Amino acid sequence: MAKIVLTVDDSRSMREMVAFTLRKAGYEVREAEDGQKAIAILQTARADVIITDLNMPVMDGVALIRALRADPKHRSVPILMLTTESNEAKKAEGKTAGATGWLVKPFDPEKLIDVVKRVSP
Amino acid sequence: MNFDHLRTTYFEESAELLESAYSHLAALSENRADDDTVHALFRAIHSIKGGGGAFGFDRLVALAHVMETLLDLLRDGALAFDAQLTGLLLRGTDMLADLVAAERDGNTLPPGVEAELANAFGQAASKGGAPQEIKASVAALPSVPTEAASGWHIHFRPHPALFRNANEPLLLVRELRRMGPVTTVVDLSQLPTLDLLEPEDAYITWNFTLEAAVPRAKVEDVFEFVADDCDLAIVPIAEAVFAGDASEITEEHSPALVQQRAVSRTDTPAAQSVRVDVGKVDRLVNLVGELVINQAMLVQLGGQLPPDLCPGLIAGLETLSQHLRELQDGVMAIRTQPVRSVFARMPRLVRELTAQLGKEARLIITGEATEIDKNVVEQLADPLTHLLRNALDHGIEPPDTREAAGKPRVGTIHLSAEQRSSRIVIELNDDGRGIDRARVLDRAKERGLIAPDAVLTDTEIDELIFLPSFSTASVVSAVSGRGVGMDVVRRNIQALGGRIAVESRFGSGSRFLLSLPLTLAVMDGLVVSVGADSFILPISAIVESLRPAAADIQNLPDRRAVLCIRGGYVPLLPLHQRLGVRGAVTDFSRAIVVIVESDHGGRLGLVVDDLVGQQQVVVKSLDANYGPIDGIGGATILGDGRVALILDIPSLAAGGNVPPSDPQPAFETSASLH
Amino acid sequence: MELVQMTPSRTQAFGAAATQTSDQTRQFITCTLGQAEYGIDIMAVREIKGWADTTALPHAPSWIRGVINLRGIIIPILDLRARFGQGDTEPTPMHVVVIIQTGTRTAGLLVDAVSDIISIAPSDIRPVPDVSTDAPESLLSGLVPLDRGMVALVSLDQLLCFPADAALPAALASDA
Repeated sequence: MAKIVLTVDDSRSMREMVAFTLRKAGYEVREAEDGQKAIAILQTARADVIITDLNMPVMDGVALIRALRADPKHRSVPILMLTTESNEAKKAEGKTAGATGWLVKPFDPEKLIDVVKRVSP
Repeated sequence: MNFDHLRTTYFEESAELLESAYSHLAALSENRADDDTVHALFRAIHSIKGGGGAFGFDRLVALAHVMETLLDLLRDGALAFDAQLTGLLLRGTDMLADLVAAERDGNTLPPGVEAELANAFGQAASKGGAPQEIKASVAALPSVPTEAASGWHIHFRPHPALFRNANEPLLLVRELRRMGPVTTVVDLSQLPTLDLLEPEDAYITWNFTLEAAVPRAKVEDVFEFVADDCDLAIVPIAEAVFAGDASEITEEHSPALVQQRAVSRTDTPAAQSVRVDVGKVDRLVNLVGELVINQAMLVQLGGQLPPDLCPGLIAGLETLSQHLRELQDGVMAIRTQPVRSVFARMPRLVRELTAQLGKEARLIITGEATEIDKNVVEQLADPLTHLLRNALDHGIEPPDTREAAGKPRVGTIHLSAEQRSSRIVIELNDDGRGIDRARVLDRAKERGLIAPDAVLTDTEIDELIFLPSFSTASVVSAVSGRGVGMDVVRRNIQALGGRIAVESRFGSGSRFLLSLPLTLAVMDGLVVSVGADSFILPISAIVESLRPAAADIQNLPDRRAVLCIRGGYVPLLPLHQRLGVRGAVTDFSRAIVVIVESDHGGRLGLVVDDLVGQQQVVVKSLDANYGPIDGIGGATILGDGRVALILDIPSLAAGGNVPPSDPQPAFETSASLH
Repeated sequence: MELVQMTPSRTQAFGAAATQTSDQTRQFITCTLGQAEYGIDIMAVREIKGWADTTALPHAPSWIRGVINLRGIIIPILDLRARFGQGDTEPTPMHVVVIIQTGTRTAGLLVDAVSDIISIAPSDIRPVPDVSTDAPESLLSGLVPLDRGMVALVSLDQLLCFPADAALPAALASDA
């Protein structure tokens, strides 16, 4: 069964970029445009890896990570955050909240696949 | 999906993001921003940058990056907004829009055009405590250590909390294996007895030997995410000596403690939306159109049955009609879009033009949430741009002139939109000098557009500016003199089924009124018969209809007929004459007069044989396979499958003063319609 | 009544038929007006229908019979006989409308009947004798002698030029 990746980003092009790359690599990809929608999706669906942006409306990435880690069901789901190189503080915040790893934007497709493999069996 | 598709998405999205950035900036400059405005602005710029990076649009990424740095400081309160910063951000957004457009169109902007702005952002940001960044963010990737060895010994001792972030040492082993042969020695000495074991803690220490000549950085990469949560030592094989205490040679990471900002976003949740390809919506609209025709056909057939034969059928048809109307409204609503997307482009135009013309003006926009058919929105951009250009170039006076005339130095232009029943009215008001009627009149006479001795009302004179090739600018300016006149604006608006009118007071300003149909595809129509033909009148234009008494009809000296109604006179236009239909009722007192209203509230009585009924009609184009016809706005298909022509009231009214003695012969080529 | 239906493919009609150098033969549908036979490039023919009533257009020349609804699009119907200056056709249900498409434009041609499909090599096509531009002959692109008589090839691009195309400025001026 294909691994399912949930990409959470308010930017459609970013989501499509992630989805495009991962689908080509054989993953199944679901998309959510903010943290709240991601949580709604995860109520009913499974994700093997979650890739989330940090800056999003409604519920941002850090809040999403914190919410997921607080839920035993999602405590062990690898969560990758998308950050910009300029934002060490934000990255640290995400890590403290429970992010497994991070991807620095702009990422190249190979790197994305490597990183997803690094955190998911 | 392919790469081009991704690019298209990016540019579509960037356009939306830029629009939202402009509207947030407008909110900031008008002091109606709240806490979220700056967050939303940050996200817009951030998203443009994020996607741009993926496509390697380095220049726009670099600019977005310095903007983002500044916005970050504003967001955190390290800097406060002021007019200067807002202006800087506006200019930055303008430049960003240009850079995005250049990438989209495959152009390259002159190198360095954005350098000055980028510097300005850097300086502004440095006041907020950010280090000045000189290089583009993408160029600032960490330099890659080049140390290499024939292989590596790796000592990896996870801290107990390693699992909390869902990291998994086994996956790291797997990743190391991909680089080359790995020997693993597991150290279980830290493993507690079962009763003391915390199932979610890490206890195992790993010693790997990787026999592959890879750079140290690649090995470090594997442990990138866990570096803070473990003791890690990476030693070249040649050295082959493990330090007794690995943690000594582990680089000490001491992440600055980040005080956690309370995340209390009160963003009103964005309206849930789905992106749908316009083609799909159009297909839906067409299908609904076909259904409307089908339904009309069924109703017509049903009407021929004796009512008691199948009573359920009639009731069923009525319900069907009702549902169909709702379905149609629903589908049409999908196509509507706020005019914001086109209004949002105007502030920039005003900024640029005022700078170019040495004038001062502020633009006030209201009603930008008014929704209108998407196609109409897109096609409004050109006419509105032209009107605004015109208002700034010809309307708003230079500041000194204004002052001398007792006006504020800064001119005001008000752009508004509102819905009035089934039409959208867009208004562009300026407090400039207004139309100089004497000059317009002179010019029109000079050009032979009107007779030298013509006496025109003020409204008629104002209307002259819409004549083809009429331009009052005695000097062709770089701004307005682009060979496009107001006639083109009028034609564009008419092509959208709209009307344009102007009201002006010399010395105090002009007001342009654009009235547009809510949607292009369907309208409520009155079916009228003239001879053997049926025509459709737009319900929205109809005031009333009546059968006139012979005594109420008078002839003017030029033999045009007028109808006396409630003490006033309305000119009559017999449609059979205007459209050359044979076999129609010619005795006015046996005909029906439909009073319609034209642009300026002027009334006209259309003489028809009979009223057939009222129905929704799907507007189809005649232009595609034939061409425009004077007096006709389009065609539709009636319930019996036949085509009926839809009358265009403004052009009927305009060309309508045909004296009865000079009827248009049926089916005669006629270009001279006046 | 729908006799033939073909996919439209070529948008380019063949005004240049007479000068074409290709040795490919082309197919024409021939239709009759009285005794005369006319050829229409088969690539431009979309379908052939029986005559049905049209809706008249104001200000149109007499050879425009009006418009019909062809599956949701509105197309004009031309009376080919009237177009060639031979008087109006009195259509009956036995008359035939050939639906053609050139460029983006679709229209129907009212003729008496469709008679044949012929294959013609470019070398078989004779030029139309010089005539003034407003003569009906300017609507022809070539003449083909056959054993049974002559077939005149119709220039569809010329045929689908309507007065409305030229009337646009006048219509606009009337707004003032």
